[in-house]
Amino acid sequence: MQMRAVLASRFFSLFVLAAMIGLLPLAFPSGYYFRVAALVWISALAAIGLNILMGQAGQVSLGHAGFFGIGAYAVAIGPAHLGVPPWAALVLGAALSGILALVIGKPVLRLRGHYLAIATLGLGVLVAIVLTNESRWTGGPDGMPVQRLVLFGWRVAGAETWYWVSGAVLLLGTWLALNLTDTPTGRALRALHDSEVAARVVGIDVAAYKLRAFVIAAVYASVAGSLLALMNSFITPDQAGFLHSVELVTMVVVGGLGSVLGAIVGAAVLVTLPQLLTVFREYEHLVLGLLIMLFMIFLREGIVPSLRAIFAARLRTRAAG
Amino acid sequence: MAEFLQFLFSGLTVGAVYAMVALGFTLIYNASDVVNFAQGEFVMIGGMVTVFAAAAGLPLPLAAVLAVLIAVAVGLLLHALAIEPARGASAVTLIIITIGASIFLRGVAQVLFDRQAHGLPAFSGDAPIRFMGAAVLPQSLWVLGGAVATFLLLYLFLDRTLLGKAVLATAANRLAARLVGINTRTVMALAFGASAAIGAVAGILITPITLTSYDAGTLLALKGFAAAMLGGMGSPFGAVLGGLLLGLFESFSAGYVSSTYKDAVAFVTILLVLFAMPSGLLGRRAVERV
Repeated sequence: MQMRAVLASRFFSLFVLAAMIGLLPLAFPSGYYFRVAALVWISALAAIGLNILMGQAGQVSLGHAGFFGIGAYAVAIGPAHLGVPPWAALVLGAALSGILALVIGKPVLRLRGHYLAIATLGLGVLVAIVLTNESRWTGGPDGMPVQRLVLFGWRVAGAETWYWVSGAVLLLGTWLALNLTDTPTGRALRALHDSEVAARVVGIDVAAYKLRAFVIAAVYASVAGSLLALMNSFITPDQAGFLHSVELVTMVVVGGLGSVLGAIVGAAVLVTLPQLLTVFREYEHLVLGLLIMLFMIFLREGIVPSLRAIFAARLRTRAAG
Repeated sequence: MAEFLQFLFSGLTVGAVYAMVALGFTLIYNASDVVNFAQGEFVMIGGMVTVFAAAAGLPLPLAAVLAVLIAVAVGLLLHALAIEPARGASAVTLIIITIGASIFLRGVAQVLFDRQAHGLPAFSGDAPIRFMGAAVLPQSLWVLGGAVATFLLLYLFLDRTLLGKAVLATAANRLAARLVGINTRTVMALAFGASAAIGAVAGILITPITLTSYDAGTLLALKGFAAAMLGGMGSPFGAVLGGLLLGLFESFSAGYVSSTYKDAVAFVTILLVLFAMPSGLLGRRAVERV
């Protein structure tokens, strides 16, 4: 019974995550592992945001890498061209993403299903095209270098440092996302996910809450983009491209829609797979596409909800026996 | 005037290809509600297989037929192995499956063929035809003619044959179609096969003009999807209209304004159309009241 109480706790995911971030380095044989793990934390941050939009509000976005790209280029362009310090550029980028989501979200979120998919897809592709073409500001398709992040005289550099920084930001992002679940906003989002008509009948302003979820998701993606650019010290327009948008959506769905822990697991799968697949060299795309299809066909509910169902069933039989 | 005609012809040529991709989207969408993001890969398969079969010594017409057959086989396999087992999955899941299929097919092409761009010789020479001051490539006429022939064949098939009517019935109401004894699974397989064939034909016709490579399908799929949406998802006439309009917008904006943002035109257009009339030009109403 106690076990079940722990599992049901809202902050179970947060405990698991904190333990993972704290303990994983014990098993890391080299700096490369810190780097890959930091990449996972950063992608997970974007996936958690997108999960609020997709899993809680039930709206799809096939252009979320656009906001990721805005965040990434904010910390690249801000210090290089405008003299803004990197940390302020990160905040400005997040604000810009949020405002763009607010302005664009209004007409976009009126659309449904495939129309919503193509509208968000178009948005993301447009951001990528602008970033590729405005080469005077962005360095064009080849990308541009990013200045190091300096916080109170502390120069944030190195894979291990970034592991801890991104891990801390991810914990914060997870905590906020988990808290959101039990606020009026979170409840309203779940209600409109189940039935928009029913939600409207009980007095929920459906359009306003969808918009709120869209803005939150955009800000998460933007911050993740900024972190990636700062860690890599380099950024290319690919980070804002359609393929990256697809990867983000896949992370959320593979991990399990609506599950915060699922978004993190999905990010871990999608980030580490290509790293593992480099041994296949030219077969990399082939294997990646195949695995995405297999995941979606056989683990349709996502990894975390599927595992949780198995685990819960086992606890139940033990309690009964 | 000459300039205008020039842009018109190039717009119609590209538009015909978008229209064929959009038509493929529409066929599959109508039969199965699946938005098939691997649609662009059919175009790529058509072009690449023809190039490599021709290079291996096959005469061009035979190589083209082989390419269409292979594309159809891929379309049928895609339906049988990836879409059919995921029956009843959500729309997002199905979209991700087809995107996975698209990445997979690109990966296969990269391994089987190579990563270079390839062209084909134009079917009836490269000497441009002069028309009121504008130059038209004979290959453009092939593309337009091929597109018109495809549309006519498809129209005749849907309008005049029993099987075609079964496709229309399935699109209108799947349950009702099954109740009157239509094997909707066969209809879906047929839609995937036909859609692959249309894509492959587009790929073969356009390769002499635009070249092809293992990753040529992605942008085509996105623009074809935009074209289908522009016309109104689910309407074959809308798909053709949307494709041609998109091609013309692109060509005129590249010619008169700037070619830097040529690829952006399709997406700006689709956003404006969705905001102004959210169900496309010929589509059903799909907006919610907020």
